[in-house]
Amino acid sequence: MPSKDWTVLDFEKPIAELDEQIAQIKRLTQEQGIDRSEEIAALERDRDRAIEEIFSNLTPWDRVLLARHPKRPYTLDYVRIIFDDYVELHGDRLYGDDHAMVGGIARLGDRHVVFVGQQKGRDLKERQYRNFGMAKPDGYRKALRLMKLAEKFKRPVITFVDTPAADCSVDAEARGISEAIARNMMEMSVLETPIISVILGEGGSGGAIGIAVADRVIMMENAIYSVIPPEGCAAILWRDPSKYKEMAAALRITSADALELGVVDEVIKEPLGGAHRNPEAAALSVKAAIVKHLETLEKIPVQKLVDARYKKFRSMGIFEDTSKKKPQKKVPAEQQEQEEQGEA
Amino acid sequence: MSAAAWFKSRVGADRRLVRQSVDALPDGLWTKCPKCSEILFNKELEKNLRVCSKCGYHYRLSAWERIQITADEGTFKEIETGLVTLNPLNFPDYEAKIERDKAKTGLNDGMVVGLAEIGGHPVGLGVTDWFMGGSMGSVYGEKVARLFELATKKKLPVVMFTMSGGARMQEGILSLMQMAKTAAAVARHSKAGLPYIVVLTDPTTAGVHASFASLGDFIFAEPGALIGFAGARVAAQAGLIDRPANFQTAEFQLEHGMIDRILPRREIKPTIIKVLDFCMGKEVSSDAE
Repeated sequence: MPSKDWTVLDFEKPIAELDEQIAQIKRLTQEQGIDRSEEIAALERDRDRAIEEIFSNLTPWDRVLLARHPKRPYTLDYVRIIFDDYVELHGDRLYGDDHAMVGGIARLGDRHVVFVGQQKGRDLKERQYRNFGMAKPDGYRKALRLMKLAEKFKRPVITFVDTPAADCSVDAEARGISEAIARNMMEMSVLETPIISVILGEGGSGGAIGIAVADRVIMMENAIYSVIPPEGCAAILWRDPSKYKEMAAALRITSADALELGVVDEVIKEPLGGAHRNPEAAALSVKAAIVKHLETLEKIPVQKLVDARYKKFRSMGIFEDTSKKKPQKKVPAEQQEQEEQGEA
Repeated sequence: MSAAAWFKSRVGADRRLVRQSVDALPDGLWTKCPKCSEILFNKELEKNLRVCSKCGYHYRLSAWERIQITADEGTFKEIETGLVTLNPLNFPDYEAKIERDKAKTGLNDGMVVGLAEIGGHPVGLGVTDWFMGGSMGSVYGEKVARLFELATKKKLPVVMFTMSGGARMQEGILSLMQMAKTAAAVARHSKAGLPYIVVLTDPTTAGVHASFASLGDFIFAEPGALIGFAGARVAAQAGLIDRPANFQTAEFQLEHGMIDRILPRREIKPTIIKVLDFCMGKEVSSDAE
């Protein structure tokens, strides 16, 4: 892969160059039949060391770039690997079928589940078709319709979050994008079936939380979860759009931040160099985490489950309550237990 | 629209909201209507609930002004006054802004909640002030949730007046979680069979509009109020040239079925009483205004 490739981030260039060298030698090996496996192994070691070094020094802004990486696996890439079988279902039964939000029924080992998630496009044409992963009200209502199906048939819900934001066009406003997101959060908070949300890439504001009110929220290592994109926030608060890197740090949008702030329950380590370098391994890690959490959640009586979900979101936020003379605890006890169980 | 264009467009919209502040009357006897430039006699304006008598422009009200014209006289008792905003992300300049708006409004944060009577009906009442743009952070969200929880416990309706630019950026992801928290609190109140009445006032946008503000059993709005998911300029820059003139106004929301009625300020309290009569039984309202 040439390093001028637009799908290579600046900080990935040394890695891409080594990848290119390795690929070249492999090609020559095939053409000339000379064994150069030692040379290849050495270069691969160099490359992996370079990745480790680069990835141990990532800034919050680098994480933003990784979360938006053009080669990052998207929802349906995960769906294809995680589930043994799936049937995509369409439409909100009210207006249309939103291509930025996908969903359906799926089989996960001996379990039947419902999945929903935002879907981005890979090339220009598909990006437009998927509206850059920005769902309209129809998408949120489709997601809710499918989640209600899950409740009716007592199947768990898995949601995959990957959106820069919800769509805010005239269309979306006219059909009530605010109402659709608000209703999803309200209905999800009382949905009588287990819900697991996975923040895959961009956890973009209301667009993300509109499908992420769950019993367990898990987040990919290089995903971001933010109330506003750092670029926009820098321009509004600091009147200086060029300070987006500093803002990315100030907003605390990385997976480590979300875990510390009590917003997610678990962070899933990505393959060396990020999920896009090994989508299969990334998806299998997600699958293991989903199965692990389902095993726990399925044992909880549904009313207890819904109560615990309420308490979980109820306890989010950090402030001081002077009438009680003790600061609000930010991480509920059962979440801490989850953290102690470690990563999948 | 590319993500980059969206970010760029987002900027103008929010700055416009941030720049606006609660319209304060000058100290003199007269004031000029910001919409039609009519010169208004301050005393008349107050008597008219701060609505321009010529063009009907609704001035923004502070939380306490709103309580005064909504709750039956002397019935409002504020609750949850002990919640104090912290700086959980260590966000630059956040404390300074909080202190500035504390001094400006005399409030701890933007949301004021309490118990009151409206037309003799006991209710939980929430009103917003233009404190940091009416933005929702941890304290704001917590107060909304506690109001709904108390109302659920006491079997009371909730009446909510919203005025907000959205989630509070300085508390980052914690502000986003307040959307889920407030929506969940509304769900429990609603499941208990209790009524929730929302009045959207200028402006109600973004994180607040996309959470508890859109979940009322009854949703009303003041005329001309800016109401929407994102700022109007976002849509403008998204290449939407056929944007209707009334885009993201109360009138637009009514036309598209998102609100029940637009209510001029004078009609808000009588309408709330009618709704409470309907939900809770009329016999309660012995001393309606």
